[in-house]
Formats: sequence, C-alpha cells, structure tokens
Amino acid sequence: MTQLETPAAARVTAATDLAVVAQDLKKNYKEIEAVRGVSFEVATGEIFGFLGPNGAGKSTTISMLCTLVNPSAGSARVAGFDVVADQARVRQRIGLVFQDTTLDDYLTASENLRFHAELYGVARDVVPTRMRQVLEMVDLWERRDGLVQTYSGGMKRRLEIARGLLHSPAVLFLDEPTVGLDPQTRSHIWSYIQELRRRERITIFLTTHYMDEAEYCDRLAIMDNGVLVAIDTPEALKGSIGEDRVELHTDDDQRAIEQLAQHFQITAQVSEGAVTFHVPGGEQFVPRLFAELGVPIRSIRVSRPTLDDVFMTYTGRTIRDAEASSGDRLRANPWMRSRGRR
Amino acid sequence: MAAAVDVPVVRVAGGRAGDDLRALWVVWKRELIRFRRNRMRIVTSLAQPVLFLFILGTGLSTVISTADHFNFRTFMFPGVLGMTVLFTSIFSAISIVWDREFGFLREMLVAPVHRWTLVLGKCLGGATVATIQGAIMLALAGLVGVPYNPVMLLVLLLEMMLTAFALTAFGVMLAARISDVQSFQVVTQLFVLPMFFLSGAVFPVTKLPVWLGILSKLDPLSYAVDPLRKEVFSYLSIPPPIRHTFDPGVSWGAWHLPVIFELGLVAIAAALMLGIAIQQFSRPA
Repeated sequence: MTQLETPAAARVTAATDLAVVAQDLKKNYKEIEAVRGVSFEVATGEIFGFLGPNGAGKSTTISMLCTLVNPSAGSARVAGFDVVADQARVRQRIGLVFQDTTLDDYLTASENLRFHAELYGVARDVVPTRMRQVLEMVDLWERRDGLVQTYSGGMKRRLEIARGLLHSPAVLFLDEPTVGLDPQTRSHIWSYIQELRRRERITIFLTTHYMDEAEYCDRLAIMDNGVLVAIDTPEALKGSIGEDRVELHTDDDQRAIEQLAQHFQITAQVSEGAVTFHVPGGEQFVPRLFAELGVPIRSIRVSRPTLDDVFMTYTGRTIRDAEASSGDRLRANPWMRSRGRR
Repeated sequence: MAAAVDVPVVRVAGGRAGDDLRALWVVWKRELIRFRRNRMRIVTSLAQPVLFLFILGTGLSTVISTADHFNFRTFMFPGVLGMTVLFTSIFSAISIVWDREFGFLREMLVAPVHRWTLVLGKCLGGATVATIQGAIMLALAGLVGVPYNPVMLLVLLLEMMLTAFALTAFGVMLAARISDVQSFQVVTQLFVLPMFFLSGAVFPVTKLPVWLGILSKLDPLSYAVDPLRKEVFSYLSIPPPIRHTFDPGVSWGAWHLPVIFELGLVAIAAALMLGIAIQQFSRPA
C-alpha cells in the first residue's frame, strides 16, 4: 500500500526524541506581553501539562506551538519541525482540541470526522477503520449519525478529541480539555486520554487550571503572568516544597497561633476555620505539638503538599486568587478575534 | 474498554495536488450538505424574489405602460434572477462569519492545506447553492410570460453561475474583514441593497438622472443583470422603441457594451475578489 508510507516511528524525525522544544518563546499583543519568554522540552510519549490561571499565557503558548500565532520572538519545534518555517509539516503532525468547540453543529458526528479526514488527506482506505476506532474509543460510535447540535457538552468534547486523533497525530494538543464539564464527564475524558496514551504512542500537551487534572500529567509546567515559574513532575514539585500542611482545630485558635509563633517559630493563620501552617515532617511534629502547645487540641490533620500548595509557593497566591485578579483579558484566543480588527 | 488495537498508519496531507483537491471538494460538499439540511433557508431565500416578482411586479405593471406588448413582470424576471443569486451568494459567503463565531473556521484554518483551497471551495460551494436557488426561480419563467426555451435556460444558468461565483467571492472578501455577526446587517445595508437597486433589476435605468445613472454604471451587478435581461428579451417579440426602453443595455458614453464584454468584466471582478479573499485568509496572525 503505497499511500501508507509514513511509518509511525518516522513521524518524529530520527534526529530527536523530543516532541516539543520551545526556546525563549515570546508573544506581544500591542502593549500586552502575553508570553514573556518560555523555554521547555517535551519528550515523545509524555503527558505534559501547562498549569496556570486564566490569562497566564497558556493558550497563547499553545497557539504558537500549533502554528496559529506567530511568535514575536524565540523559536519552537514540534514533532521535529519549526513552527514558523515548517508550518505545514507541523500541522500534519498535530491534533488540536480547543477550549471552545470547533465542530459544525449542522453536520453529524460522522460528517464532521469525514470532513476532517478529507482536509487532512487521510488515505481513503483507512478512513472507515480509523473513524470507527476513534469513535468507539470515546463511546460515540452508536451516535455517529446524530447531528452534533443534539449532543451534550461532554459528547461534543469527546467528539473533538476523536477528531483530533483521526489523522494519528504525533502530538495531541488539548487546550483546557475538560473546562465547563461536570466532574463525572471530566474523569471520563481523562480515562480516554490515558487509554489513548496506552494504545498510541502519542505525546499529549495540555493546558489546565484544574489542580486535580494537573496530577495526571507526567510533567507539569506552572505558568503565571506569561512566564514559567516551575517545571517538573507533580511529585517532585510537591516534594520541592518539602513541608507538610498541618490543620488544627483548638479550643482557642488565637492563643494557639501565638504559642506556635513563640514556641516553635512557626507562622500560622486561620484558613477555612482551621489553624493552618506548614512544617517539614508533619507527622513527626504532631507528638511535640500535643506535648508543648498548651492549648487543648480537638482535631488535627496532616497532609502532603498539594499542587495548590505548589502553586502558592511559586506564585505567592492561590490559583483561585490569581483567576480573580487576572480577569478574562487574554482568555479568549486572541488569534480568531484579532483577524477582523487589524 | 477494548484491548490495545492496531492503529492504522495514516498518511496525512502533504501538499500534493490531490490533497488540495480533496480539501477543495470537501469544503464545497459541506456547503451543499448544510444547504440541503436547512429547508427554512431555502424557503425564506426564495420568498423574497417571489414577493418582488408577483406582488411588486404585478403592482407596478398596473402603472407602467408596456403598451400591452409584454407584462412588467417579464421585465422584472431577469432582475429577480439576479436578486436571488445576489442574496443567496452573499448569505453563503457571510456564513464564514458564523463559522468564525462558532469556531468551525478554526478547524479549517489549522488544516495542513493551502488556504486558497478553502477559499475557493467556499466560493464554489456558495456559487453552487446560489445557482440552484436561481434555477428554482428559473422554473417560474412560464408564469411571467418567458418561454421555456432550452438554449435560453442553459445560457441563463451559465450566466447565473458566473454571477454567483463573483458575488460569493465578493462576500468572502468582505467576510474576512468582519469579526462579528452584527456587522452582517451593515454589509446588507451598505452593499447588498444598493447593489441590487442600482443594477436595473427592478426598473429600467434608461431615463435616470445623471448622478443615478453614474452610480448604476459603477455597480458591478449591472453588468451581470444586463446579460440576463438581454438573453430573456431576445426571445420576446417587442417593437424596437419599447425594447429600447426596457432593455437598454449598458453603455459607456456612446459605446454599447456587448454581452461578452460585460461577462468578461464580471469574470475579471470575480478573479480579483477571489485573489483578495485568498490573500486575506492567508495572512499569518
């Protein structure tokens, strides 16, 4: 079969086993510096996540990697090709799922996929097999002839993921893949993503502002205000903080805080009704606390740091606070909007 | 979940001529699927020309003297064909704005194909839809005293195709610059209606005041409506003075433009606007 010439292994050029390489990538929109120089590498087969609040520059970065937006400075290679000089080759090798739907509501699921197959020049003889495969993976095979306008939000997102996979991309970009979906659908979609990684040696690059989603990633880059503030595995990031979170309920919170400060030189604060502080080796600290605090303790909870704590440590605020202050200024993908205005 | 399966190796588009043709074909096909599925649109976009032809046309025929040689509706018929093509083409083209609003445009723009294939596919799709609508109107010829002559019908159909393509290209060119659906109203008021009224579709442009006559000559649609009318009138037997009033043709000074020249103008305009549209959609962000 001559038209099936590109073997899977060759999709990433032999010279590199890196799916994505970004070097000092920058993007300015007039005075706004959306992305202020980010550098990172993603290995083939990795699930790599960008974590950050809305407006942090995640979408803009992903748009540059997907050749939708030209960088103002810096360079990036995706699947071995430069995103500016080799735009077409990059596009052949990537699948995209945006945070806003890009399906045609007036077409059926099958028609949407067939449109995609034709646009991406998928060899005709593999289209039926491949369509069935991706639709079954997201449990939409039975509903393939339904008009997309009759689909729920979760079904649409699943269909988009199926479509993004149809042409067997080397890298699948998921921009906020589960935003606006209920928790059950979200965990469903994650099971597809993990299934996908198991079946097809595909690199998955995603952005999210959900902490629990970030846990699924092999590696995570934390983005805030257009820069990457940390990049590592979720475990290592949590480990880098080195401190456990301790939450206390006492008879007298105010006195407990004073005691902690005087006796242990620990700064604590009341957060969500509990005296909260961070110490290294929290579990070993508990017996000392009971012995020396001098305030009756009603309950105590020690937890390992979460990504929330990581985000807070690196940016000085929680992701929810960051969202509240940044607004939606850069959330809407500027590329589609700016086209008509310039 | 099923066990791991063999993933078929998929060759994707790589700038071959065949890939571009497939992209072109599927963009065209999508226009037709959407047209077929939206029956309301077919009905509503035919309602307007039918109202013009049978209500406005009948009303005007009671006050405009054609010396009983033909009905005023017969005069309006080619104009109404032009109108059908005009509105359908522009509407098809403007659907790009909806595609942008609902995100589907992005699905097309990120594909590894040349942008010209998308723009050309859209223009051909819109032109096909507009020609189908025109053909439906053409079927009403007998009701307004136009004979069903096969040659005439074929010529009218071909002329409508060319016009439809030019107008869709014009619409796509505008759509590249329109960022929201509301602006569509502006386009209609600013371009479509003036083009329609100035083209001689609803009244003869012979005895117009100078300023209106100039505007009419500047209207590209004039050069598309006139060939339609000449074709229809060539199958009617009318004395020359009346023919001169109702089928005056377009002249630049003393020169009466031959039909082939008018169609050439339309074709050149179509190519020009297609070129601009492609260039607009090929700009990087």
